[in-house]
Amino acid sequence: VSTQSTGVFCFFCVCVVLMRPLTDEETKIFFKKLAKYVGRNIKFLIEREDEPYVFRLQKSRVYYVSEALMKISVNFGRKELLSLGVCFGKFTKTGKFYMHVTCLDYLAKYATYKLWVKPSAELSFLYGNHILKAGLGRITENTPPNQGVIVYSMSDLPIGFGVTAHSTADCRRLDPGAIVCLHQGDLGEYLREEEKIV
Amino acid sequence: INAEYGAMSNDNSLSDSSQDSDDELPKQKKQLLEDGISSDSEIDPLVTKSRKIEEKRLENIEQSQFEVDAEQQQAAADLRLDFEIPDAAVLQKEEEQGFDMTMLWARIEDVSRILSNFKNLRNPKHSRAEYVSLLQRDLRFYYGYNDFLIEKFFSMFSVEEALALLDANEKSRPITLRANTLKTRRIDLIKALTERGVHVEPIPWTKVGLQVFSSRVPVGATPEYLAGHYMLQSASSMTAVIALDPKPGERILDMASAPGGKATFIAQLMKNKGFLIANDVNPKRIAALTANLHRLGVTNCIVSNLDGRKLPERMKGFDRVLLDAPCSGSGIVSRDPQVKVKKSRQDLQSLSAIQKELILAAIDCTKSSKSKSGFIVYSTCSILVEENEDVIQYALTKRNVKLVDTGLGDFGVKGYVHSGKRRFHPKMALTRRYYPHVYNMDGFFVAKLQTVNTAKGEVKESIPKPISESEDVSRKRIREAKPKDPNGPKTKRPKMNSNPKVTVQLITRSELKNSKPSRKKLKKAKK
Repeated sequence: VSTQSTGVFCFFCVCVVLMRPLTDEETKIFFKKLAKYVGRNIKFLIEREDEPYVFRLQKSRVYYVSEALMKISVNFGRKELLSLGVCFGKFTKTGKFYMHVTCLDYLAKYATYKLWVKPSAELSFLYGNHILKAGLGRITENTPPNQGVIVYSMSDLPIGFGVTAHSTADCRRLDPGAIVCLHQGDLGEYLREEEKIV
Repeated sequence: INAEYGAMSNDNSLSDSSQDSDDELPKQKKQLLEDGISSDSEIDPLVTKSRKIEEKRLENIEQSQFEVDAEQQQAAADLRLDFEIPDAAVLQKEEEQGFDMTMLWARIEDVSRILSNFKNLRNPKHSRAEYVSLLQRDLRFYYGYNDFLIEKFFSMFSVEEALALLDANEKSRPITLRANTLKTRRIDLIKALTERGVHVEPIPWTKVGLQVFSSRVPVGATPEYLAGHYMLQSASSMTAVIALDPKPGERILDMASAPGGKATFIAQLMKNKGFLIANDVNPKRIAALTANLHRLGVTNCIVSNLDGRKLPERMKGFDRVLLDAPCSGSGIVSRDPQVKVKKSRQDLQSLSAIQKELILAAIDCTKSSKSKSGFIVYSTCSILVEENEDVIQYALTKRNVKLVDTGLGDFGVKGYVHSGKRRFHPKMALTRRYYPHVYNMDGFFVAKLQTVNTAKGEVKESIPKPISESEDVSRKRIREAKPKDPNGPKTKRPKMNSNPKVTVQLITRSELKNSKPSRKKLKKAKK
């Protein structure tokens, strides 16, 4: 318990500084969350063929940006620099990492487990509700429970991400009103909670 | 028709006789026609001749009827036009007691008709200025403007155009979208939106623009919108980025980018290669800017929150800079009716000052070296000269830049080369203006500048000084008045230059003659 509290204390102090790379602890927490959705494909984000990309922390938000662009952003001061590249999410004051829908393009590109939603339930999910069995269209085979999934509409358009409540096998046996996927982020947040995600 | 004719005309005798003949003639004509249908050869030639005469007489009567109708309409109209300009007291009373809108509009129409045909319709007592001021005052109260904007519109346009502009400002412009080529194609987007129930058509002069004609669902909340396949953007704003013409791999700056319509357009034309810096001074609007950038899938952008005037201190050497300057909004009155009332002369002066500072900062941020030059696009959503041509003229005098073609071709009204007594650089005609009553787009102004490097001693483009006629005349008088110097040769007058420290060497005419061989001598040498 004591080590945990000191870890939190260190994190809080470091947070206030200029744009910086993530510390080891922060990287661990962040990659753990990312791997939940993307699995082993994280390596495609870190080691890219075209040009090196890096993760940077600015005002407790994690940004994914090419190294060239990152070098240019050094010109701007702490209060002036408000966004670089793509924001993946933010660290809370207690050290947890929340993924935001702003990085959905990357998550969808390297997704391991996918879930398709019927058109009738699409809007409901975009309003921030969980996905029920009645709205479930398709799901990847052998999805374990508590697995991060990317949610797609039936026209293969990524509309958000969530966490499965049950495995694929169990899903088949559920009632229509049972929750299949817990909502974590959706595109509707661009209208509902614009300032929060950015 | 006969009844009216009888009622309105004064000459009863004429009407009576024609009325009698009118009653008879149709019957006769009918008989003649019936006879004629069987066969012409059977009818007596005299009958045909008389028939022709009668027909001609009928025609004449019809024509004269028509003319008299028109005359009488005109007379009736003129009766209405022959009005006096109401006293100040009457006008004051109107303002206090409230306006009768129909009467006000009738007066506006009357005065504008008088002004269009001033010589014939005016009341000799009143001057043109009095009519114009009455019209402006009426329009002010009819549409709800303050004095300032109405005066400005009247100084820029003719009476008919000003009325058209004011009318257009009351109606809203069509909704337009821009397809995001980073995520979709225009054709696919049209298909997807049509399935949703949104009727869209492509805009002909862009490759990415769409116009919405009708929609069953809110256009700003479809799943395609949320997925970043398109952005709601006015057609005028698209012209600014088309003029900028960003290329992949370049370094581009957008100095006043919130809420991000133009910044995202630039990024999509850059195909996410190179980098873009989207700056805005207002922190409250930056959230919207960042959200739009993320939603549309822009990955090569930095968002900064700086006063644009301080940007050159941070970074320089951009290939292209877009400055969509803060303005009075006189071109977007249809979107924001507050502009009618809120903007005054002081506002315009302070805005103009800020715009001038910003454009100089934009030019300083741009690349300007021996081999490479950068481009600056200046745009405003205003149609007033003080915010547009004036600012560009200022930039031309203060920095080494030149005006270049916007790339928009003939689309758009050419910028003013002169306005009132002011004279601008002749290339100001390369800038483009858009008006709501001409193009059904928001009022807009676009200008494209290119940096010119004078390191090699290139002569800066000469800009004509504003010359007024009176000044010219006075110069001539001075020349005439100067007496010829009988003693000695004429000395060359030293040229007036801005830097008093630099002295110009005086040379006499004989010295000048000896230094350069005259043309005659050169020709002789050649031969």
